[in-house]
Amino acid sequence: MQDTHDPEAAAVPEEPVIDLKGVSFAYDGPPVLEDVTFQVRARDFLSIVGPNAGGKTTLIKLILGLLTPMRGSIRLFGEPPAKGRRRVGYMPQQAALSIHFPVTVLEVVLMGRLTAGRNPVFYRRADRAAGAEALARMGLADLKDRPFSALSGGQRQRTLIARALVSAPDLLLLDEPTANVDAARETEFYELLERLSADITIVLVTHDLGFVSRYVRSVACVNRRVLVHPTSDITGEMINQLYGSDVRMIRHDHRCAPEGHAWSNS
Amino acid sequence: MVQFLTDLGQFGFLRNALAVGLLASVACGIVGTYVVTRRITAIAGSIAHCVLGGLGVARWLQTVHHLEWLHPLYGAVAAALLAAVLIGWVSIRAKQHEDTVISAIWAIGMAVGILFIFKTPGYNEDLLSYLFGNILMVTDEDLWMVAGLDAVIVAVSLLFYHPFLATCFDEEFARLRGVPVERYYILLLCLTALTVVLLITVVGIILVIALLTLPAAIAGTFSRKLWHMMIVAALTTAALTAGGLALSYGPDLPAGAATIVLAGVAYLAAVLGKRLFGRRRTALTPGPPPPTGDPGRR
Repeated sequence: MQDTHDPEAAAVPEEPVIDLKGVSFAYDGPPVLEDVTFQVRARDFLSIVGPNAGGKTTLIKLILGLLTPMRGSIRLFGEPPAKGRRRVGYMPQQAALSIHFPVTVLEVVLMGRLTAGRNPVFYRRADRAAGAEALARMGLADLKDRPFSALSGGQRQRTLIARALVSAPDLLLLDEPTANVDAARETEFYELLERLSADITIVLVTHDLGFVSRYVRSVACVNRRVLVHPTSDITGEMINQLYGSDVRMIRHDHRCAPEGHAWSNS
Repeated sequence: MVQFLTDLGQFGFLRNALAVGLLASVACGIVGTYVVTRRITAIAGSIAHCVLGGLGVARWLQTVHHLEWLHPLYGAVAAALLAAVLIGWVSIRAKQHEDTVISAIWAIGMAVGILFIFKTPGYNEDLLSYLFGNILMVTDEDLWMVAGLDAVIVAVSLLFYHPFLATCFDEEFARLRGVPVERYYILLLCLTALTVVLLITVVGIILVIALLTLPAAIAGTFSRKLWHMMIVAALTTAALTAGGLALSYGPDLPAGAATIVLAGVAYLAAVLGKRLFGRRRTALTPGPPPPTGDPGRR
């Protein structure tokens, strides 16, 4: 991945990557999100957590300009979302994809090289090189000609991240990236994200707050309203408040024996 | 079968029939693959049935208003494209009404066709033969028209292969990359419309949906890339149309229906074959496959 951050630009006070002001949204009934105001700064590593149907995916779709807010304003890199999103590498939930689609790993990754003005009859050498590089970075170089359908859940997930990375994005937006991935892989995956977060801003949606808080720098709790905290502030009471009941937290140390993975009520 | 081969050298109509079947196979394989992977079979069916409206109106104008140049197939192309754009527009603007509109266009198109055929004086039974195909009645003019449509469909499909692939696989992601997915969707529906018109000359309005989808579905059971699937689907369609024609010719059966039954048998065989083959493979390699080439563990 080429480095797109030159130090000169970094010295200038940076505008927020994501900037929401007083955003409200409803589909047809009661509001899903109400009066949401928060910012994500450059090179932040933010986790969006919250109960199911609490508005996490809606928030992502608003940020990406796939939905339009009823009230309030959203800026992505200081631009309207529909413009700013070209600088975003997005990884959707795997469940949204047809598993049996006849497509190879490299072909999936190259989709990330499509842009508004380009309609390649053939991909250029630079595109293929970028695709191969993104795959190598995700440890998938040997699998580039495999059918996407023949991969394991974890390999598919890394393919989709490679697709998000291949456009050299400034913001990586991941929706439930660790669903269908076993715990050992999950650790590996978060360590990878931690390395990536040195260069780019990362926002990810997840269920398992306890696990992710070891790696992320801040947490946005979404349940109709949004509250952003630095990771160090996360407490059991706060989670209870957010979810409205006791939640099960998982211990962080996955290097222990299977019987060591005890559930505890916080 | 033997009679088919000897007569093939003798009769021009039989050569035309075979030629139109083979030409249509190319477009059918390519567009059928998009239709199956994008899951727009119902839309293709609606477009196909709507074509009867175009055929009827064109014949009516031809007979009553003496527009001699207006071949019914022009009406078919116009009706198919109109239906494609209409359905595409509704599906983009008001997704929740898509089902209703698909069924409505399906039936209303046919109703319009029947009304116009009824009000057209003279003998119009040949129009009703479009319902079940008339491959043995293909004229030289039809053949040129089919070849022309074929060229357009192939050129457009290949030119926009990558954006089509991206929108079929993950429309949301393609949209976020800035690909104008709505325009590609409408374009894909228009290609489907033209292919449907092509196939109507081969198997007729009612059977067209099977020929569009079954070969692609057969190809899909063992293809790893979209363009592999297209080639296999095109070859399968060619084999099926030629086979249907050859098998039906001797006993004097309707070729379209024979082709579709053949397609159904082939699909069944492919699905069963894949199941048996898949089972044998799992029997040979017990347990999960080793994580080959997974450098995460290196």
